[in-house]
Amino acid sequence: MSQATASTGAMGTAAALFRKCPTTGLKVHKDADALIKANAVAATVALLIGGIAATLVLLTRWQTVHLLSDELFYRWLTVHGMNMLIFFIIFFEMAVLYFASAVLLNCRVPTPKLGWVAFALMVVGALMVEWTMFTGRADVLFTSYVPLRAHPAFYLGVILFAVGAIVVTAIFFATLVVAKREETYTGSVPLVTFGGITAAIIAAITLGHGAAIYIPTFFWSLDMMNVDPQVYRLVWWGLGHSSQQINVAAMVAIWYLLGAFTVGAVVVNEKISRTAFVLYIAFISMASAHHLLVDPGFGPSWKIVNTSYFMYMAVLASMLHGFTVPAGVEMGMRLRGYTQGIFGWLRRAPWNDPGFSALVFSVVVFGFVGGITGVTFGTEQINIVAHNTLRIPGHFHATVVSGTAMAFMGVTYYVIPLIFRKKVAFYPLAKIQPYLFAGGMLLFSLTMTFAGTFGVPRRHYDITFAGAPFTLEYSPAVNVMLALMAIGGLIAIVGGGIYILVTVWSVFFGQPLGDDMSEAALAGSVPPGVYKRPFTELPEEEVELEEHGALGMMPGTMILVLIFFVAFVVYYFANWKLLSAMWQIG
Amino acid sequence: MSKQTYATGVTPPQGVWWKPAHKSEKVWFTIAFVWCMVLFAMMPLWHLRGGQNPTGIRAKVEPRDYLVRVQQFVADYGTGESENGIPVVEPPPGADVYLLAAQYQWTPVLRLQEGAEYTLHLSSLDVNHGFNLYPFNVNFQVVPGYDYGLRVTPTEAGDYRIVCNEFCGVGHHLMVGKVLVMPAEDGASASADQTDGAPVVPGADR
Ligand code: HEM
Ligand SMILES: [Cu+2]
Repeated sequence: MSQATASTGAMGTAAALFRKCPTTGLKVHKDADALIKANAVAATVALLIGGIAATLVLLTRWQTVHLLSDELFYRWLTVHGMNMLIFFIIFFEMAVLYFASAVLLNCRVPTPKLGWVAFALMVVGALMVEWTMFTGRADVLFTSYVPLRAHPAFYLGVILFAVGAIVVTAIFFATLVVAKREETYTGSVPLVTFGGITAAIIAAITLGHGAAIYIPTFFWSLDMMNVDPQVYRLVWWGLGHSSQQINVAAMVAIWYLLGAFTVGAVVVNEKISRTAFVLYIAFISMASAHHLLVDPGFGPSWKIVNTSYFMYMAVLASMLHGFTVPAGVEMGMRLRGYTQGIFGWLRRAPWNDPGFSALVFSVVVFGFVGGITGVTFGTEQINIVAHNTLRIPGHFHATVVSGTAMAFMGVTYYVIPLIFRKKVAFYPLAKIQPYLFAGGMLLFSLTMTFAGTFGVPRRHYDITFAGAPFTLEYSPAVNVMLALMAIGGLIAIVGGGIYILVTVWSVFFGQPLGDDMSEAALAGSVPPGVYKRPFTELPEEEVELEEHGALGMMPGTMILVLIFFVAFVVYYFANWKLLSAMWQIG
Repeated sequence: MSKQTYATGVTPPQGVWWKPAHKSEKVWFTIAFVWCMVLFAMMPLWHLRGGQNPTGIRAKVEPRDYLVRVQQFVADYGTGESENGIPVVEPPPGADVYLLAAQYQWTPVLRLQEGAEYTLHLSSLDVNHGFNLYPFNVNFQVVPGYDYGLRVTPTEAGDYRIVCNEFCGVGHHLMVGKVLVMPAEDGASASADQTDGAPVVPGADR
């Protein structure tokens, strides 16, 4: 009964996404387009600054090269953290919010002027922060733990930036309301938009924490009030980690989006995927705790309940998405005839589509490396052998970089033709970009994590401790690990550089797409999903897929997640073993 | 449920989408759910059975007051020696040990006995610091205004270092302290070894 409407829905969206001529009465989209462009450009600028900082910091942590001076190392590390984690990611997410509302729902942005005000606030805030950092007025790293002190403009800049982001979140919700009222779509919002809603709700909660901590801290920096260092850590991480949950929600939404664009991935079960998103929202404010597991301010029950997001319900959610995304890809491929064997669909997948390879790397590295290490290190006691060592940046470069940033990069190759309406410049380079970026980051995060198991600290200028009252020497394995880390990092930086080159060139000097959207006109200059539109090729009638015995209708995915599960169990218990060899502590 | 139509994540689903899950989804959900419960149970379990927990005795303390305690501790148990200008202290087994973190030094240098239990207090005079024990990899956050009293039993003799692993300013990487753990003499402290976590109180006056 419902399939007829479902397919018109698909066509309707397709028409909106792939509209031939942006001038034919589609004025409503122009605001969304322009806002998406502005935010994406700002994100890219932040990525460039953060990338330069990454290079300098990386070449200093590679102990053999040890490039910067101590002061400059900590300064560039602050620049790296702020530009990457805050400015790049959040500007990009603002673009995602406009996309998931106005574009996917075919709706106008109700208050474009306010959108520009928000953008201006964010830019001004970011510039204030950059100024304090680059003039040495904020050598406090991005966490700015009180009572380390930065110039008041640093805190004020963050506040302005956050206010801008809150406004965009509000516009997002307003767009949803308008779309519903003006009936720009039928049925329920698409899953990708639902993911965007999840991200936006978490953003609202998170930015609330942000206000709760940066406003008092701003007044503290003016000597007008006191801020307790432990309370600061608690509330700051209510911002700092919850915002990682925005990233995860946005990333998962993009997984579904890229799956649809590149191979026509289906949603295996809307109920499961949406429930998993809701779990993210429900348990999010607890996320602060796993940064405080070895802090003096909190007792064991608080730590256990909170670090596990109340019994690992957010982990459960991620494990569900980690299944449904590849399962959707597998089913999408099988529905379109790639039914050979267990992994035929994977072998025949469009590996040279940068959107697809980015999707695969994002899912795999996020899950296998980032997810497993994250849950393990976030265990109350295991945190004793992980806190503030290189294991931590090793973990989050696998999540927010190889996961979130990789997904954002992958979707950009579709945003360039669909929103900017340009061909992808240097397309052959774009095709290998995900391999370089994700491959490099994988080597980087694995070796960094491994160096951390020797206790090598994060955020540390000199692990030869020259000039310290006592010295020590790490195992020679550490030197090897740090050298490999540097190589992996440099490969990833090349990947990041290609990304910036391709996007900037396409947007500012790129060839316009023209009206001909056929394969003949576009092959070799945009990702194949743009002209093949696999998501419009799904069978409209009811179909039955072959069952593969106990492995069910998605046998390949089932095998992949079982491998993941075994890796998870082994790594988790290996860490308990490691812990049990330490001094007795209680 | 075997026959159905499919839509992608970019299309609005029509009608009721609250439908039963596929068999494989149910299987994976069950595995994941059970695993989450195992993950959760491990933490309380380790409190009962395991030897390493970050519980400690937790209290607030004014940095100034903490400094006084450290000075008293050095006066009580100091050996009179110093290493690189940092006093060396040898507290008796069972004692409260006060370690001070301040930009950019750990005070004092500690001499402990293998197998004896101590209450190791950590706090800071200025900003956040991080306690990292080398060559083991044991890490705790040191927060100004808070006293973290951890009951520790050095299980192996050796020459240890304390590395600061929370950024505390531009001299952060110079902040290295020292703990010497002396081998247990047979007899006296061997019994301390056997007491299974219950504090031994020979010299617990302070
Ligand atoms: C292009 C590849 C990248 C390389 C080679 C790189 C390298 C590094 C290095 C060497 C550190 C210092 C680790 C330490 O000393 O503690 C670091 C820290 C960090 N990176 Fe990256 N990074 C890259 C991309 C990113 C991206 C895209 C993000 C965020 C989206 C990011 C977020 C961070 C954060 C938050 C820190 C911690 C800063 C701190 O501890 O204050 N990085 N990175
Ligand atoms: Cu320090």
